[in-house]
Amino acid sequence: MPEILRSGRAIGARMMAHRLFWPLAALGALLVVNLIATPTFFNVRIQDGHLFGSLVDIVRNGAPVLLVAIGMTLVIATRGIDLSVGAVAAIAGAVACVYIVESPADGAAGAAVIAVSMALAVCVALGLWNGFLVAVVGIQPIIATLVLMVAGRGIAMLVTGGQITTVNNDAFAALASGHLLTLPVAALIALGVFAATQIVVRRTALGLLIESVGINPEASRLAGVRSRTIIWTVYVFAALCAGTAGLIIAANTHSVNANSLGLWIELDAILAVVIGGTSLAGGRFSLTGTLVGAMLIATLTRTIPNIGIPAEANYLFKALVVVIVCLLQSPKARAVLQRRREPVPTSRGEVVA
Amino acid sequence: MKKTLISLCALALGGMSLSACGGSEAADDGKITMGFAQVGAESGWRTANTTSIQDSAKEAGIDLKFSDAQQKQENQIKSIRSYIQQKVDVIAFSPVVETGWDAVLQEAKRAKIPVVLTDRAVDTEDTSLYVTFIGSDFVEEGEKAGQWLVDNAEASDVDKDGAINVVELQGTTGSAPAIDRKKGFEDVISSDSTIKITSSQTGDFTRDGGKQVMEAFLQSDPKIDVVYAHNDDMGLGAIEAIKAAGKKPGTDIKIITVDAVKDGMTALAAGEINFIVECSPLLGPQLMDVAEKVVAGEEVPERIVTEETTFTPEQAAEALPDRKY
Repeated sequence: MPEILRSGRAIGARMMAHRLFWPLAALGALLVVNLIATPTFFNVRIQDGHLFGSLVDIVRNGAPVLLVAIGMTLVIATRGIDLSVGAVAAIAGAVACVYIVESPADGAAGAAVIAVSMALAVCVALGLWNGFLVAVVGIQPIIATLVLMVAGRGIAMLVTGGQITTVNNDAFAALASGHLLTLPVAALIALGVFAATQIVVRRTALGLLIESVGINPEASRLAGVRSRTIIWTVYVFAALCAGTAGLIIAANTHSVNANSLGLWIELDAILAVVIGGTSLAGGRFSLTGTLVGAMLIATLTRTIPNIGIPAEANYLFKALVVVIVCLLQSPKARAVLQRRREPVPTSRGEVVA
Repeated sequence: MKKTLISLCALALGGMSLSACGGSEAADDGKITMGFAQVGAESGWRTANTTSIQDSAKEAGIDLKFSDAQQKQENQIKSIRSYIQQKVDVIAFSPVVETGWDAVLQEAKRAKIPVVLTDRAVDTEDTSLYVTFIGSDFVEEGEKAGQWLVDNAEASDVDKDGAINVVELQGTTGSAPAIDRKKGFEDVISSDSTIKITSSQTGDFTRDGGKQVMEAFLQSDPKIDVVYAHNDDMGLGAIEAIKAAGKKPGTDIKIITVDAVKDGMTALAAGEINFIVECSPLLGPQLMDVAEKVVAGEEVPERIVTEETTFTPEQAAEALPDRKY
């Protein structure tokens, strides 16, 4: 059976060469580690009329990072970066919670709807500001968004008066802990945004335009692409995604702490994008890759308490997993691995990669 | 032009004060002047701390000069320097970080202005740089929490299997309250062999962190009897997670926390938390007392522990109406 063996190996090699092979393998490995530590890890049962279990928690708790990372993917594809997403999330949470607390009927669903709309409107304004600095003024994205990253937390603190603001509004809380058809609402929102974005960028020319701006903004402009509008659009979209994530985080604990809400989420989001195979140099991007990256980060976060890594070592553990995944994804490491395992012609690997 | 004018004015003022009393004492009216450099306004706890200091200064008739460092050491150093220039009688501050204070504290020492640390300590070889440190004893807070569990061991064994499984939600890794509250708690519960910490992980002192870690614990360990959270916020997060798992916080799983902020006390009064050890921000009266003694030249102890208590649900319900923070 040497032929079957050979074709089997060829399929294996092609699979390994796929952009998402290693992130998926790492995700699988982490799940197996969890399963060994807790044999009931994959158990999902119905609790009070909704699904309940570790896997459900992972998808729900991964929703904010996924949302931020979706926006970040498009920004990065235009050769930009948005460091302000954590601060934008904090502002969104702050605006919504403070509005609910100060509205006369603070438990009413109507108050929650207005609060959420107001928060998202503020996010659009913040995204316009970022887009203005990058697209019109022409400041480097990392510096332009750094402005809001630093100032944004100050704004959020101003909105909340430096206090942890607690709300008692069931409709607002449902954003994070509610369920629809036994599924967690937070995860549905994130996956809904993911699906909608995927359809818009792949079924229309938008994805192509974003990539062309990322590869060469000047050439795209000369070719008739309105790169300024495109850049403006992605920053507004990123801010909207960040704001939604902020609302979910705030709803998760019925409270907003301007100091800690969404702190360092920009780094998690950038990591998810990079793990997913989108290059920080702009151009080609993969939303599916980002989804895998975000789920990997959420699973990693859950793995730490589940397998009982001591608190002192958890950053080290996280860093190790990330370094291994990134190393395995680098073209050099993949070339070395392929040469060792299978003497397939290298040109083939390059085509697929 | 402007600068010369200002320096001329300063010279003239300086000459006047020299001719007036000929000394460096600012307190010519007998009133004590205190310069206080606050960390910032990052939490309800901190705001309560600020209010307590301002109110008790007014009550004690002390002239308070207050500055907010917005979590930045350089701001705090700047305001301490300006207090030295203004020749206040006593300087008090809550250091943002532990290190890097030697230079500015030396300046204060040279100017013969006593320094009082509040709430947080500084890391320096030379303890003569400050008079005293007023603040909570975090180890003792951990011990109080552990003592309650030892005293209520039987009631806390919720599943009646003879073993009390405790999960711990730690504060920010490496921070003084997290290290000390863990140590104090462990020291006391080691006296009872049935009590054991089965899992321990950091929740970063936040509600979201506490909730996520607790969700993981609930899935991996079905026999949790007690949650020990290093602050109220993580405990409040744990309550959410426990509710989502279909259990009743305070009944099916006992909860012990530290801090006693308003939201925590509300949950305690409602029976969702079982015991809270207070970590009081109201150290204003003690600070003013120390300031008066120091200025009068009396001896004060090097370490003053804030007066703190503990709360059961009944005590919380009683204290809640006048809880300011």
